[in-house]
Amino acid sequence: MTDQSHSTAPLSVQQAATRNAPLARPRAGRGVLGLTRRDATLMLVVTVLVVFAPFILNPFPETSALAQFNAGYPDLMQRFVIFGIFAIGFNILFGLTGYLSFGHAAFLGVGSYAAIWSMKLITLNVIPGILFAIIVAGLFSLVVGFISLRRSGIYFSILTLAFAQMSYALAYSVLTPITGGETGLQIKNTDTPLFGGPESGIGRANLFGAEMGNSTELELGNWLFTFNLGYYIAGAALLLAFYLSIRIFRSPFGIMLRAVKSNQQRMNYTGLMPKRYTLSAFVISGMFAGLAGGLMVAMDTQVGPERMFWTASGEVVIMTILGGAGTLLGPVLGAGFIKYMENIISKINKDILHQWFAFLPDGMEDVMVAVVYPFIGKGWHLTLGIMFMLVVIFLPGGLVEGGQRIAAKFRRNKTQD
Amino acid sequence: MSKSNFTRRGVIQTGAIAGAGLALPTYLRAENHTGFTNAPGDSEVTLGFNVPQTGPYADEGADELRAYELAVEHLNGGGDGGMLGTFSSQVLDGTGILGREVKYVTGDTQTKSDAARASARSMIEKDGAIMITGGSSSGVAVAVQALCQEAGVIFMAGLTHSNDTTGKDRKANGFRHFFNSYMSGAALAPVLAAQYGEDRKAYHLTADYNWGYTTEEAIRASTEAMGWETVNSVKTPLTQTDFSSYIAPVLNSGADILVLNHYGGNMVNSLTNAVQFGLREAQANGKNFEIVVPLFSRLMARGAGENIKGIFGSTNWHWSLQDEGSQAFVRSFGTKYGFPPSQAAHTCYVQTLLYADAVTRAGSFAPCAVAEALEGFEFDGLGNGKTLYRAEDHQCFKDVLVVRGKENPESEFDLLEVVEVTPVDQVIYEPDHPQMGGADASLGECNNGA
Repeated sequence: MTDQSHSTAPLSVQQAATRNAPLARPRAGRGVLGLTRRDATLMLVVTVLVVFAPFILNPFPETSALAQFNAGYPDLMQRFVIFGIFAIGFNILFGLTGYLSFGHAAFLGVGSYAAIWSMKLITLNVIPGILFAIIVAGLFSLVVGFISLRRSGIYFSILTLAFAQMSYALAYSVLTPITGGETGLQIKNTDTPLFGGPESGIGRANLFGAEMGNSTELELGNWLFTFNLGYYIAGAALLLAFYLSIRIFRSPFGIMLRAVKSNQQRMNYTGLMPKRYTLSAFVISGMFAGLAGGLMVAMDTQVGPERMFWTASGEVVIMTILGGAGTLLGPVLGAGFIKYMENIISKINKDILHQWFAFLPDGMEDVMVAVVYPFIGKGWHLTLGIMFMLVVIFLPGGLVEGGQRIAAKFRRNKTQD
Repeated sequence: MSKSNFTRRGVIQTGAIAGAGLALPTYLRAENHTGFTNAPGDSEVTLGFNVPQTGPYADEGADELRAYELAVEHLNGGGDGGMLGTFSSQVLDGTGILGREVKYVTGDTQTKSDAARASARSMIEKDGAIMITGGSSSGVAVAVQALCQEAGVIFMAGLTHSNDTTGKDRKANGFRHFFNSYMSGAALAPVLAAQYGEDRKAYHLTADYNWGYTTEEAIRASTEAMGWETVNSVKTPLTQTDFSSYIAPVLNSGADILVLNHYGGNMVNSLTNAVQFGLREAQANGKNFEIVVPLFSRLMARGAGENIKGIFGSTNWHWSLQDEGSQAFVRSFGTKYGFPPSQAAHTCYVQTLLYADAVTRAGSFAPCAVAEALEGFEFDGLGNGKTLYRAEDHQCFKDVLVVRGKENPESEFDLLEVVEVTPVDQVIYEPDHPQMGGADASLGECNNGA
């Protein structure tokens, strides 16, 4: 067994963060919902962000050129919270125990397949689908975790990666009758679920009759805000996931997981079984991934195998590190950041650039477009890569560390005044 | 320590305000109900071009995007008008669609159905796109088509060749101009039988995914009907780059034809391996050993280089066609970009024009009206001769080109020569054909959205 804390970069920061953060206190001293005041504030901030996201993400009026940067439409808001849940779950494993799973997308995918089959066979109501997704992903992660956790460090990462790629390959071809192969699965008008089949030929996921796609729109001047039912259901799941994550971080169990990361040998010598804790963490984070997968199907009733491809597993690692591994809020921020880049930056094309720089003289306009073009549109990966490098080099604690530094600066200034 | 700010009064007050805030929009909703999703304003209409800009089919995606930009230019009255002049339906006059200027948004499908759907949803929900088109793989096409059906917009498929798109996964709001596996098989088989004889033994290497299966099925069915025998068929992983271990057993299998049901990079690699193994010079059963590639594209031909010479395949369209429509298109594409268009570019350009034409003839952007205008529509002058958009499965029926790798190419684009134009009567099939999902497959009802 190697001491894992030497193998990954952000860990020292994580330890620092742990030192700053209030450690678990006796239960008697807790306030609302078993949270300390500080955590309750954090929870409240996240709740406000989730509830008012349609306003916060649509800061620019519809008619302005900047409307390009608005992210307050249902699909992207749903993605923000779903990948937030996925990253929160991943962070419980990686942030606390330091075990870097490179195959987490497999649990997301398995959860998705479970959810869509529940909708195809049982009911179009999303609740059984999501529950099935969590259960099946949990069972699958138990199997994968049981085998993979026999090793640690890079070997563990490779094992999980191998499992994920195996799942992907199986879903893509061998298991085509169950997974639909490359084409994936959708709800068809020929499906006959036990309760309430697809009406009018189109099966839409619903919650007791209210469809996920239902939205109300609010028009204020030039602003248009969309409140989508599916988003608020996913948002509620995110709040629940976030709350659970706070409780796990502050619990004795969370301390044990941190102990696994800081020195597993010492833990062994004191007579504790690290594997019991790591396996629990692995299954919990697998269930979070399953929840995310189930929600993805609930919001958009389709599954394809590429959801389990290794790049999808890599993405959640990047989300977590970018936001701040081992912090509570970091993974959510990282997930939002990457999904924003993927959906907004990638859609800026040359035409739009020309409109932006139209005020410049002709030659200058072309030069500016040529300079900016490689970083937008299909170049969004490049921009993301540069951002990731900058964050890892200058802010090893991720975006959260950036926020903390800024906050610290303000606080210092205040005391000087 | 644990002094909390949550008082009962505070909670009730906050709850009431939040509740009122959430209820408010229901009253303020200024909905001008037009009866269908994303009804355009009076001056502009937005189309969504959803193509792979990254990933294995990025080249095709880039060519598709060029074609879309050209089509928009022509619809808005720019350029030389391209195929607008040769199109048999002459309702498009270069003033946009129904007098509205055509605007477009682009997205990256990454050749992944999830990313493609995310991109299409953002076009529908954020940019107000009235029609989505594009894609260069069948998985993506099927996924996006289902999404458009749900959302209530029209989907005009780009390059997708699997039977399923208009077969078992057909949708009332989805339309495909490109040909499919069945047509490839039906067009190729007679030519192959004439060239290579009717007592041949074939060995299939098939890419292990949906498109590979339908293509193998189609080719097997039509060649076996000609008297060929299928010796063996082996599935190869999509991510395979070295096919040596799959090619090696072919020579001793008793087969004298190798069919490569591969596309893109797969086909380039497997064909190169087969040629390196000397299959083309080999003799089997007293005949020359031959290789067949069911679906050809110019980009693949370029990748395979020398190896493609003399090899038979099928294609939807080729820039060397001499009809008026093709020439007009090649001319305007060539003038704008400096090289001839690929078949992917052609089908995307044509789909955009067909959509604009259908809207104009219907006099409405409502998806159901557009679908009705497209169903059973017969047209000409778009490069494939007389073509029918069949109402039962929203598939275009037109002549299919059987092509052969050119022995003496004159340029890097001049790689394929058209051997035969298989007339549409030979490649048509019943809408409930078993390869197309049988009697269960149905379009469902067209959806106008809300």
